[in-house]
This record gives sequence, C-alpha cells and structure tokens, in this order.
Amino acid sequence: MDILEFYKKALTIRFFEEKVDWLFSRGLLGGTTHLCIGQEATAVGVVGALRQDDYIVSTHRGHGHLIAKGADITKIFSELLGKREGYCKGRGGTQHLCVMELNFLGTNGITGGGLPIAAGAALSIKLSGEDRIAVCFFGEGASNQGTFHESLNMASIWNLPILFVCENNMYAMSTRFSDISKFDDVALRAASFGIPSVIIDGMDAGRVFENTKKIAEKIRQGGGPALIEAKTYRFCGHSKSDARLYRTREEEAAWKQKDPLPKMELKLLEVISQGEIEVIKRSIKASVDDAYEVAVAGEDPGVEEALEGAYAQREDLLPQGNI
Amino acid sequence: MRKEKISYRKAIYKALDYALGSDEKTVFLGEDISAYGGAFGVSADLYKKYPTRVISTPISEGSFTGVAVGLSMTGYRVITEIMFMDFMTLAMDQIINHAANIHYMYGGQIACPIVVRTPAGGYRGYGPSHSKAMENLFMSIPGVKIVAPSSVEDAYGCFLSAVYDNNPVIFVEHKLLYNLEEEAELQSGKQVPLGKARVIKEGGDVTIVSHSYGVALAKEALADLEADGIDAELIDLRSIKPLDIETVIESVSKTGRLVTVEEGSIFGGVGAEVACQVIENCLQYIDGRIVRVGKADVPIPASLTAERFVLPSKGSIIEGVKKSLSW
Repeated sequence: MDILEFYKKALTIRFFEEKVDWLFSRGLLGGTTHLCIGQEATAVGVVGALRQDDYIVSTHRGHGHLIAKGADITKIFSELLGKREGYCKGRGGTQHLCVMELNFLGTNGITGGGLPIAAGAALSIKLSGEDRIAVCFFGEGASNQGTFHESLNMASIWNLPILFVCENNMYAMSTRFSDISKFDDVALRAASFGIPSVIIDGMDAGRVFENTKKIAEKIRQGGGPALIEAKTYRFCGHSKSDARLYRTREEEAAWKQKDPLPKMELKLLEVISQGEIEVIKRSIKASVDDAYEVAVAGEDPGVEEALEGAYAQREDLLPQGNI
Repeated sequence: MRKEKISYRKAIYKALDYALGSDEKTVFLGEDISAYGGAFGVSADLYKKYPTRVISTPISEGSFTGVAVGLSMTGYRVITEIMFMDFMTLAMDQIINHAANIHYMYGGQIACPIVVRTPAGGYRGYGPSHSKAMENLFMSIPGVKIVAPSSVEDAYGCFLSAVYDNNPVIFVEHKLLYNLEEEAELQSGKQVPLGKARVIKEGGDVTIVSHSYGVALAKEALADLEADGIDAELIDLRSIKPLDIETVIESVSKTGRLVTVEEGSIFGGVGAEVACQVIENCLQYIDGRIVRVGKADVPIPASLTAERFVLPSKGSIIEGVKKSLSW
C-alpha cells in the first residue's frame, strides 16, 4: 500500500465533495447529492486493493468510489453540472454515473439496485473464465431490500467471484440501523447464505486495504463470495437538505475524532514533513477548483442529446458483438 | 426448405436453441428451466445441451432480472423467463429503473440486450395473479420494446430479432398459443423485423387491429362476420413498441372504421394508443365509430364462467365490429 497515493486519493475525494457541497449551498447545482465526506477510507482502501479490470458497482453515495477507481474529476463535475462533456453526457448525473472504460458499472439511485447487477457481472466473469472479481458497495439500509438477500443467495449457490462491501454508516437517510434491524451488524446476515464475512473499522484506510486485498485474492482464486462490513460515518447529512435531527452533535463530534484523513497524515509524517503535506493539500485543492472551472465552462446538451438515445441501435458496437 | 407442421411452443424452443447454439455469449435464466423444462415446457432439454448457460434460478425475479442486467453490461446477450406475466411486477425495478434506462442515462456507453420472455394471458381459470396480459404496463417506458407474436413463424423470427436487438425486449407468449400448430418454414436463424405489422386478411369494411391471442380470437370472428356480409381487414401488430402505425393508418384510410382487440385493460391499453394515433393522423378518413374491445376494468376472476364475462371473446369482437359499422 502506497500511503502517499492513498492520501492523495482520499484528499481528492474530500475536496471534491466539499466543492460539491459549496456549489449546492450557492444553488449552482441541480437535483440532489449524497456526499461521502467521512467515508473516504472505505473508497480508497477497497478500490486501492483491486485490479483495474475488476468491476465495481456503486451506490447513490458513489463519488468517492469513482474517484478512487481513477476517474477524471473534471468529467465527474461535468456530469453533475449536466454538461455534454460528462461521462454520461449529463443524462445520468450523480446517481447514474457509469464509466465503462474503468469497469465502473454505475452509481445507483435505487437503494439495493446495484446488488443483483454486481452478481450479474460476477456471473459474467465466471462464465468467461476470467480471474477478475466484481465488487458491490452498498449501505446497511440496502440490507433490508429483497435484492440484498436474493443477490447474496445467488452469489452463494453459484460460487460467484464477488465481494460485497457494506459501508455501514449507521443511518439509512434518517433511520438508525438499530431501529430497523434486530442486530447491529449486517455481517450476521451473510452467515445465513454461507458467505464468510468480516467486520472492520471503516475509518482506517490501511485496515480496509489489508482486509480487501486478502479477501479479494481469495475470491479471485475461486473462493466464492465474501462480505466486508466497514463501520463508518458520514460527517454530513444524507443529502443536501438534511438538518440531521435524528442524531446528536456529540455523536458526530465523536466520529469526527476518527476522521480518516488526519490518521493518514500521522502515518505520512513518518516519511514526509508537515510542510510537504501542506503543499500536497494546496495542490489538490487547486486541482479540484481547476477541474470545476473547466467543467463549468463546458457545453450544455443540445436538444438532440435530450431527445435521442433511448434505444440502442442494432449497429451500435457492444461488447457482445453484433449479429 | 419444406414447410412442416410445428407448434408455437416448439418454434420458441428452436429459436432459443438457435440463439444459444450460435453464440457462446448468450445466457438463458429463469425459474425451473432445467429438469422441469420451464413451467410451460418451452425450454425442455436445452439445459442438457447448454449446461453452463441455461441457468435455473431461485424464485427471485427481482434479482435474477438484475443479474441479467449485469450480464448484459459485461458482454452477454441474456434471455430470461418470467414464469407468468403477472410476476413481472417483481422484476419491474430492474426493468424500468435499470435495463430500460441504461443506454440513455449512461450516455450511450453501454446497452442492455435482454429478452424477457413471459407466458401471459387468461381463459384458463388461473385467477387474478396468474392470468394477466400486461403489455400496456410497459408502453409508457422508454427504452423497452414489446413484442407479442400470434403466429408460429413470427414466434420464431420475432424472438431471434429480440435476441439480437440491443435493447431490453418484453417478449409475450400467450399460454393458449403454445399448442397452436401451423405449417411453418422456420429457416435457421431467420429473423422477422420488429415494428412491422402483418396484414392477415385484407378487407374493405372495417379494420381490426390486434396482437397475441387476440389475433386468434379475431380470426375466429372473421368467418361469422363474412357470413353477415362484413368484409373485415385483420392486422396483427406483432410488436406493440415499436408500433407500426403506418400499416394501421393505411388500412383505416381505406376502411374508415377501426376496432382494436386486446386482452389487457381497455383503459390505458394498446387500443387507446392505436386509436389516438389514428385520430391524430387520419381523422378525415374515419366514418365509423372507433371501438376498443378488451378486458373489463376488473381483476380476472378464477371462475371460468366469470372469466368469460371479463375477457374479450369472438362474440365481443363481432359485437364491436357491428357497433363500429352501425354508426
């Protein structure tokens, strides 16, 4: 694990999300957004332990996963701004952000909607005899959807190469997990499908990375599905208009003590100086601001982009090939 | 190639066999499609011929449809079987919010070539949750195609077109058509293009537009109508979306009268769409009442007697035609 690279990725995510937050507060973005500030360690730790050709299926809170996978933040800004230059031509926006060239099969606006899609990608890998894996992020809230149980079951009976990563941030929008589940741990549910699981500190990128690395390799070698439950916390509200009345400021403060970024800085100080860290921070902050400026100067979609493309054409080139 | 007598069920089996046999990147998913051979016996022994790619699933329509989406995004053409069309409700999120949207919402990066096969329709006393023909549910969903052939040759050819289409296609197989036997020439791999209606019988007095089992009912009505001196033109839409309205308009421009026949609800149904498009495009040629024949706006009762009052029949089609001509 290259701690410096991880730190830079995590910082990029943090600054990106803070910029998005700022844009919303100024009314410069449409729709809604779900920020992952506080949860950066799961994004960089999990994705950093994967190969480029591994598939990722993400959630509504997916900017971090996508940035960790190596996406161009300018094109993510473009997508959020509804610009033609966005990864999805501005049609998808924050919750429908797919980057096929990165094997990133989409953030997802339906809670639990990505679970079976990831199982499908894993089945595809298995049928094709490849040694990549599929990774599915989901929240503890999604574990109450039927798709969670159905997908884990299919992954188990078909021994699919899939890693389920539960980012348990304790709240499904405003609903505390302990109010909607008899137990605090999602990992317990994996046991009923014969899927091995591990519960880890999701605020520690190193811990997340090491566990993912080990488990992913086992899956890659035909070990079948596994589940990681990373206990984490979102520092901001569920979406842009959330007064956070369902949790206390004290609880928030306690979790902020576990902020993954200072933890990484502490590690970094063993190899570089505080001054160098400040330089990195300034440089990444500037690159995020620059990316936004480039994106916002882009073009809005034309009427063709709005009205065309509901149907794929026969001659469209798909990985399936055409007949 | 000589014509041979073959059933609708067998035609779909052959098309499935062709699709799975000619392309290793084709997968077939559904419940009880291995040793049972599919609830209506369509897939029969295909699980033996393609043991890794004919996959019998748990009873998880919502998620195996999602599995189909994931497979299709990563290089496979997928065929699924939803055992009864009524069970489509369980797969709706993956069809409507995912499969249907993906090509558009991801900016054309990828598409979902999936065929959702589904046995549909009533007249068998199965009651409210096992009898519906719900083609109209999908009409308002951009990104989805809907195909419901009524003949053996079309079952084969439209199915293959659906498989090689790059979009999710709802492929409706009426249960009462499975045993239909026709002289058919099933040329290996021959596709029937989607979005082309077929004029089954030409006539000058009235245009009857239908699809799926409604066509079989309308065919029965034709003889009685002829005996009454009514020369009806019968059009089989074959695919509802895309809709070949040109063929309908051409016919109504000639006959001046339109009767639509469907097994789904009249309210918000296929007939409503066809009739409205006809009015929008050739109002000047209409000189009879437009009549929609279809299911009454109630659930489908289990009693076979009660079911007959709810679903369209030869009698209600004849009545509809006469109503159209009487005005």
